[in-house]
Amino acid sequence: MSCALVLQYLLSGITSGGIYAIVAIGFNIIYNTTGIINFAQGEFVMLGAMTAISFSAWMPLPAAIAAAVIITSLVGALVDMVFIRWLKRPTVLHMIIITIGISILLKEAALHIWDEKVRSLPYFTGNECSSIAFFGAHMSPQVLWVLGTCALVVLLLTLFFKYTLLGRSMRACSANRTASVLCGINVKNMVTFSFMLSAGIGALAGCVISPLTQTQYECGTPLAIKGFTVAILGGLGNSAAAVTAGLLLGIIEALSISLLPVAFKDVVAIGILLVILFFKPSGLFGNKEAGRLKEF
Amino acid sequence: MSLKRYLPIITLSVLVVAVQVAVSLTGQAFYLTQLTMAAYYTVVAVGLCMLMGYAGQISLGHAGFFAIGGYTSAALTTADFSNASHGWLGHALIKTGCMAAAEDLYGAHLVRLNPWVACLAAITATVIIAYCIGLPVLRLKGHYLAMATLGFGSIISKIVVGTKVFGGADGISGVPPFTITATFGVCGEMQYRIPNYYFAWAVVICAALLMHNLVNSRVGRALRAIHGNEEAARAMGIDTARYKLNVFVLSAVFAALSGIFLTHYNGGIGPSEASIMKSVRYVAIVAVGGMANLWGAIAAGAGLNFLSLRGYFGSYDEAVFGLILTATMLFAPQGLLVKPEWLAGITAFFRSSARGRGNGAS
Amino acid sequence: MALLEIEGLNRAFGGLQAVSNVGFSVSAGMIKGIIGPNGAGKTTLFNLISGLTAPQSGSIVFDNKPIHGLPPHEIAGRGIIRTFQNIKLFAKMTVLENVMIGVHRNSQAGFFSGLFNTPRCWPEEIRIRRKALDMLDFLSVAHLAGCDASGLAFGQQRHVELARALAAQPRLLLLDEPAAGLNMRETEQLGIVIGKIRDLGITVLLVEHDMSLVMNVSDEINVLCFGRMIAEGKPREIQKNPEVIKVYLGDDHA
Repeated sequence: MSCALVLQYLLSGITSGGIYAIVAIGFNIIYNTTGIINFAQGEFVMLGAMTAISFSAWMPLPAAIAAAVIITSLVGALVDMVFIRWLKRPTVLHMIIITIGISILLKEAALHIWDEKVRSLPYFTGNECSSIAFFGAHMSPQVLWVLGTCALVVLLLTLFFKYTLLGRSMRACSANRTASVLCGINVKNMVTFSFMLSAGIGALAGCVISPLTQTQYECGTPLAIKGFTVAILGGLGNSAAAVTAGLLLGIIEALSISLLPVAFKDVVAIGILLVILFFKPSGLFGNKEAGRLKEF
Repeated sequence: MSLKRYLPIITLSVLVVAVQVAVSLTGQAFYLTQLTMAAYYTVVAVGLCMLMGYAGQISLGHAGFFAIGGYTSAALTTADFSNASHGWLGHALIKTGCMAAAEDLYGAHLVRLNPWVACLAAITATVIIAYCIGLPVLRLKGHYLAMATLGFGSIISKIVVGTKVFGGADGISGVPPFTITATFGVCGEMQYRIPNYYFAWAVVICAALLMHNLVNSRVGRALRAIHGNEEAARAMGIDTARYKLNVFVLSAVFAALSGIFLTHYNGGIGPSEASIMKSVRYVAIVAVGGMANLWGAIAAGAGLNFLSLRGYFGSYDEAVFGLILTATMLFAPQGLLVKPEWLAGITAFFRSSARGRGNGAS
Repeated sequence: MALLEIEGLNRAFGGLQAVSNVGFSVSAGMIKGIIGPNGAGKTTLFNLISGLTAPQSGSIVFDNKPIHGLPPHEIAGRGIIRTFQNIKLFAKMTVLENVMIGVHRNSQAGFFSGLFNTPRCWPEEIRIRRKALDMLDFLSVAHLAGCDASGLAFGQQRHVELARALAAQPRLLLLDEPAAGLNMRETEQLGIVIGKIRDLGITVLLVEHDMSLVMNVSDEINVLCFGRMIAEGKPREIQKNPEVIKVYLGDDHA
């Protein structure tokens, strides 16, 4: 394999890896605050892209994306308030089934609001033919948008959780729910906000990747599986590790195309998921404590 | 053994006969086709009910086992073994009836594998795969277990769609009937519609009987103990890992058997049978029926599958199952078809007043 | 002849040494008590013996065969049965079924007999049921047989858990704070029951905070403090031991 080809694969891997990382971060935010693993995370990504596509018909692109992010965040809040808020001591099994049910409902709603056609947002800069040369490899300018968005999301989230009162309150909830209540933090609102935040960044990711991978009502589920793989790979709850793990998975997946038939590309991610679950559920960067699941 | 214990089975049998008679008399015999298919799907629910409700382990990949059963028997019974029929092994197999000469649609000469042999091969494959998957997967708990089983089901789905042997996106068709006796075989032909209906429901009743026995046996108690408190079960000498694995494999075999029979009935199988959505449906049915309620699972399985197959849900089919899942978990986590508390209270009241005693707890 | 021999047992969790170089032996037919202030490592010791945790070094020999490192269900299979500090009954099962689980280790019926309800397992089922009822009777709670296990009062739950442990016909019974949550009268009755258990030929290892119970019932007492064993002897001797008094009451009273 020539150097340029390897570089091409790497770029492709980093691009998808960045998106997986953002989905994983969305998982982690909700998991950290609530102990729930939100199987509907992929649907937020899909909804964001679909909404932006609809809006972009009569709004300039940046406004459409902003509107999509806001609306998807509200959907996230709605999901929490309608389904999650008034559960009393649910078992893990119940939580899994509920979030799967929510994921199906969102997917079917999307199917009936839009339809099963594949769509995409227009490229942010240039079009599908424009490419930038990079050490012998060619990449679309959209790739830079994806990487830039990922970096921005990670940066802003780090600042948010470290320096703002709201961010610190959410971290308090994840560390010790009861103590947070006793400190006067409205835990129920923190939970809603974590859903909103996850949905919002998921929507943003969906918008930015849409020109490259196309959007369809079904595209949420495989993304959720890969996002979950990345979250576990990095250690559940650890968002910085999720970024590393995401890039790792993206690159492995991209390189695997040179070995396996394309139809089996997704099998690589699932295979990695199973291997990690069997041998080190606490992830590459986690310790045994992190491997034990949180209570809701 | 008291008759009371088998009352639900007897009720079910009577119901099955009653429905057939009613449907045939009113000239709506076409319902029987969907009822037969619903019966086979219900067998999966019975096995899953044992795994999820009694042993307390979630599986989001059971459609994978259904597919392993269905696809293996489909592939083996539609494959042409002409090349292998020469030589001493080939002749021996033909002599014992394992393989037989046949003709395809165009009259060309073929050698086909006996469906019984294919069935055996499919079950064996299922058992091996279930043990291999179950061993590492059942050490996981909660979300990790759910994701691992989801991953397994996903891999089966991808393999089935991406491999030529399994027909890719079109699946396998032209699956021959599964001859049970000289005059009857599991197939979709009109003249055998009523016998097939009874055969399918006989399979359900057998499955239910086996599960019912198991739940009330020493092993069933051990499973319920594992579900109640796994650590305490271990402290009582129960090898929890082995029990969980065996139940997992048993439920996988039920799913595979269902896949085999349904494939022969439909004359084919497609990749949608291995999809995640199908796995979720099975979980939904068990959840609605009440996790540890065998009869609830059967009722929900028969009802929901029948309605879905008849197309009553239209394009909202998936959405309905999603709604059922969510609504059940929110409003009736113990299941919709489980006796609600108020009904139990009334029953207890009548029972105690009939006995003429005042105290409540018995 | 010692039924249970423990030597040089060590177990740490992170930076905390929960059990440090503990060794003692338990003779067949005796009732041995383990006492010590909170955090002394008593429950960890029980977890080590029953297999819930593995020791990092040291040996546990039961009936002349080493058992350290074996999985919990195998240790239970050899005859070491324990109760739990926070009662672990099986929810959604009746009291009778809970106790029938106790007989599990001494019965055979497997998946095949279970699925097909073969006549071979019918006598065994009757035997299991009989044994369970006998144990419930022994602890005077036979009238609760049909009740849901989770709906019982705390004291009754304790009795049921004990019945379940006895149904397993243990050679060594580990009682983890059996008097916790019981009032004085119930504790006295517990003492009598423990005596009756010893009369059945069962060796008892007892972790307890209630001094009157331990002193009355035990043949020998070991004292743990910060994971180390600081005293061993008859109840009389332990009561007079200055080290023990210092640990419980502080320096002024030594």
